[in-house]
Amino acid sequence: MTQPIGAVLVAGGGIAGIQAALDLANSGYKVILVERKAAIGGVMAMLDKTFPTNDCAMCIMSPKLVEVGRHANIEILTMTDIASIDGVKGDFSVTVRRRPRYVDLDKCIACGVCAEKCPKKVEDAFNQGLIKRKAAYVLYPQAVPLKYAIDEAHCIYLQKGKCGACAKVCPAGAIRLDEKETRQTLRVGAVILAPGYQAYNPSGLDNLAYGTSPDVMTSLEFERILSASGPYGGHLMCPSDRREPRRIAWLQCVGSRDQNRCGHFYCSAVCCMYAIKQAIIAKEHSEHPLDCTIFYMDMRTHGKGFEDCFNEARDKHGVRFQRTRVHTVLPDRESGRLSLRYLGEAGSVLVEQFDLVILSVGLESPPALRRLAQNLDIELSPGGFARVDDFRPTATSRDGIYVCGAFAGPKDIPQSVIEAGSAALCAGADLSAGRHSLTVRAAAPAERDVRGESPRVGVFICHCGINIGGVVDVPAVRDFARTLPNVVFVADNMYSCSQDTQNIISGKIEAERLNRIVVAACSPKTHEPLFQETLTAAGLNKYLLEFVNIRNQDSWVHMEQPARATAKAKDLVRMAVAKVLRLSPLKEEMLTISPRAMVVGGGVSGMAAALALSRQGYPAVIVEREGALGGQARYLHKTAKGDPIEARLADLITQVEADPGINVQLNATLTKVEGFVGNFKSTVAANGNETVIDHGVTVIASGARESRPSEYLFGQDERVITGLELDRRMKAGDRRLAQARTAVFIQCVGSREPERPYCSRICCTHSILAALHLKELNPEMAVFVLYRDIRSYGEREALYRQAREKGVIFIRYDRDHKPQVQATPEALEITVMDHVLRQPLVIPADLLTLAAAIVPYRDEQLAQFFKVPMNADGFFVEAHVKLNPCAFATDGVFLCGLAHYPKPIDESIAQAQAAASAATVLLAQQTIRTSGTTARAEPRICSGCGVCVSLCPYNAPSLRTQGPMAGRAEINPALCKGCGLCVASCRSGALQLQGFDDGQILAMIEAA
Amino acid sequence: MEWEPKIIAFFCNWCTYGAADLAGVSRLQYPPNIRVVRVPCSGRISPKFLLSALRNGADGIWVSGCHPGDCHYIEGNFYARRRFALLDNLLAYMGLEPGRIHFSWISSAESTKFAATAQKVTEAILALGPARQFIRTPVAVEEKAEAV
Repeated sequence: MTQPIGAVLVAGGGIAGIQAALDLANSGYKVILVERKAAIGGVMAMLDKTFPTNDCAMCIMSPKLVEVGRHANIEILTMTDIASIDGVKGDFSVTVRRRPRYVDLDKCIACGVCAEKCPKKVEDAFNQGLIKRKAAYVLYPQAVPLKYAIDEAHCIYLQKGKCGACAKVCPAGAIRLDEKETRQTLRVGAVILAPGYQAYNPSGLDNLAYGTSPDVMTSLEFERILSASGPYGGHLMCPSDRREPRRIAWLQCVGSRDQNRCGHFYCSAVCCMYAIKQAIIAKEHSEHPLDCTIFYMDMRTHGKGFEDCFNEARDKHGVRFQRTRVHTVLPDRESGRLSLRYLGEAGSVLVEQFDLVILSVGLESPPALRRLAQNLDIELSPGGFARVDDFRPTATSRDGIYVCGAFAGPKDIPQSVIEAGSAALCAGADLSAGRHSLTVRAAAPAERDVRGESPRVGVFICHCGINIGGVVDVPAVRDFARTLPNVVFVADNMYSCSQDTQNIISGKIEAERLNRIVVAACSPKTHEPLFQETLTAAGLNKYLLEFVNIRNQDSWVHMEQPARATAKAKDLVRMAVAKVLRLSPLKEEMLTISPRAMVVGGGVSGMAAALALSRQGYPAVIVEREGALGGQARYLHKTAKGDPIEARLADLITQVEADPGINVQLNATLTKVEGFVGNFKSTVAANGNETVIDHGVTVIASGARESRPSEYLFGQDERVITGLELDRRMKAGDRRLAQARTAVFIQCVGSREPERPYCSRICCTHSILAALHLKELNPEMAVFVLYRDIRSYGEREALYRQAREKGVIFIRYDRDHKPQVQATPEALEITVMDHVLRQPLVIPADLLTLAAAIVPYRDEQLAQFFKVPMNADGFFVEAHVKLNPCAFATDGVFLCGLAHYPKPIDESIAQAQAAASAATVLLAQQTIRTSGTTARAEPRICSGCGVCVSLCPYNAPSLRTQGPMAGRAEINPALCKGCGLCVASCRSGALQLQGFDDGQILAMIEAA
Repeated sequence: MEWEPKIIAFFCNWCTYGAADLAGVSRLQYPPNIRVVRVPCSGRISPKFLLSALRNGADGIWVSGCHPGDCHYIEGNFYARRRFALLDNLLAYMGLEPGRIHFSWISSAESTKFAATAQKVTEAILALGPARQFIRTPVAVEEKAEAV
């Protein structure tokens, strides 16, 4: 077989595409990231906060944006669409259409003069048209690439042939108004589709006043209003007259769960949570008490931490939840407010007035995307999303083409990130023979030994066109720098970041024997790595650099006070020189990584992770506590897509057993774990033998189980069973099932209770599936589902609909009025308050199935072994709830499956593959370089108090156990993240943070 | 020339320093009195940095990190918060006027809050006038020219 092409095309630069690109590029594949717009970032870049933690979206996303933007093995093609894909897995030819940007990416310095001078104002689509931008624009302030573009549809020159103001004023000569569309064919081994979604446009609904009243808006528009960088700077206002709203209403399911009016039968899965988030944030933003009401059908807070957020919104923040579907929104001319008419729970029509109405719009695949999918031979689901299989959750119908994010069904950010990892893993596994074949690895020249040299400081000051030079007197700062101690070379440059200036700096380092560099320019957050690379290329240790921010934090913010801005620049340069004199070269530790993985747990997740790793070429050991592989899936009947699980599970087990790279240890327990990322040493006891396993990474897939209910006569009457028992009987073809005349399901048994507040996520779908199966076995059977909220998220909603069509009766109860079960010899008498009839209903049943909560094993020892945290519910806590859902904060330890949170098989497999992908990123490096900016302990000064050991969230410090310094602290540089918390807390002054040590910081303070 | 306060600011790299950068991108204007020392995390800031700043003639100090719960290093800012609460009490006890030292939590998206806080901090310190209390003054030693 010929070697596959070691490159992957990722279509779509939203969070899913970004994650897939990073996973692949960091594990040895070349990535071409194709984005339709002028910059990557997708919808997440538009969001103000993210649920359930209300993290700022841009803050958590921008490190990823920057990493993609300057990754040597990721090529970003903006304003580019896929035209066609030819070829087969391993060797695809993708033809792309590259629309003109009219700005030369290599030359644009993002100074913004073009936009300033551009005479044409247009609606800013990024801000949902709430404000104007110019025809020359940058998509958003933190855009990657941070380059301007000319909006062809609105540019006066491009439309009428006159103007060209941008070209005249551009100081970099970057404007290319004669650019034309081009086509390009790219050869890649695999393709990942991550094109995202569009928000449903409610203009077509005539009953909600969208488009007629400016105070009725979509949730995405409201997101921009809430955003600090949005049109109103985060100030809460009604667009109609800029008054501050007192009452805001959210209308759920606009463009979701409504086949008749909007053509979408499915649930968009994210709207309940984002509405809750927006309500909480709106209340926080408002200067006076704000009344927030969410009108909903079922509150779907089925994710990790979601139910807590829902409870807090209601109980702590006072958000009102009204169960109804609002049928009309009418602007009230007299009051200038909006009248909502809806059917109250008591059945009467109610009218309420609000200042703002937010339509919680659903997610949909844009029509153009559906057409493209058809052209590419990608099959679609009934909802218009890419069709995937429950056991291959990111593989499309075309071999070698994968999908992730909202195009694989509506979903939230963590699920998109998980799928991105899964898709990257699958694409990488297809091409593993071509790994590292197309990637570049810059070889650094030998590092000059500067020890013993007296400091020779070079100071480079940037004009940044007129961005700095227009305010700060750069030559004066340069001349001032010359007077500072040990400064032997100074220069000012027009654009320090340009390739030619980098070459000049490199040359001067050698010619002038410079051994400390100060760069005064934009911001270290964006440009320090670039200059560090330049130092490395010139043979200088990259930590001998100090970056001075004289643009973002000086010239741009003191534009009216040039003299004082210049004085500030001088002070800042003096501080930097004082620090740089005290810098010493730092060493990045190189650690070799053992290429083996240990997977704790042999359920579906564990097996999927082990297979994924093995297929990438990394052997895996599965440690399973029971005597057989399969975990909970052994008891399950069917997936939500109707796949029989038994056969698929058997297939999975066969694959695992046949894989020479996988070693399965059954009846096994971990007895001891030593080491850290790259070099774990674990002792496994199995069948009386103990073996020590060396492994570089660990995947925790230890699962969860069904709880044993303590209510509804469970365990007292054999007609009361759990969902898993029902599956067992269905799987076994138990004939008695069909004989039942009446079957009842009770939902939320042990979930969403004060002592166990989370939602178990899978039970609604599971019970509906089972109810449908019972109806199939015996269409005459009366089947009731007693529920609190039906949470059949995404396209699972089709099952809910189907069940109602087939005659399954759904009766809602609330926690204060739970169903009562009484046993008589003839039947179980189940009494429930009917929410429509508002009177008690007695159901005589032959079979009662309890949707029992999914509970974790609460394995304290496992948590202790790998130093990973568990939440109050007993589930393991991932590194970041949004962007790092399958890794722990502890390096080298990954997480998937039910041990993370209850989830169905497709999501478990996706997370297992994503965990494997994250592990592969680490394993593919073969060695790890730690950062040089780590803490260091001086054992002679250490008093051995152990404060550092107890403080550090990463377990980097420990007390030496051997040698003359036993009992004194030492820092493991492989684990240290360089925050300096221990350093500031050390009572003896025995700890220092290299690169930010006391001497360096105090020198800056003295020089200030 | 009119007196202008010198304010030394300690910003964590991930949140407040980012907000300061974004304030620049948004061209928000604030007084140019602040001299920034960038540190990885507010948890890195030792009380002695603040004392040293006062000793070296800073008229005011501003410490700012990530919002509690948002720390890039998981929990560094919680320790910082506790540490500064204690230091604040101690300095008040030592006689430092209230308003010389400011603490804030500003996320990297809150550029408006950053600029507003910079304005507020500067105004507060301007109102207090120059800080003289803790400045290091060399002990006067009589020179004996005729030392044996």
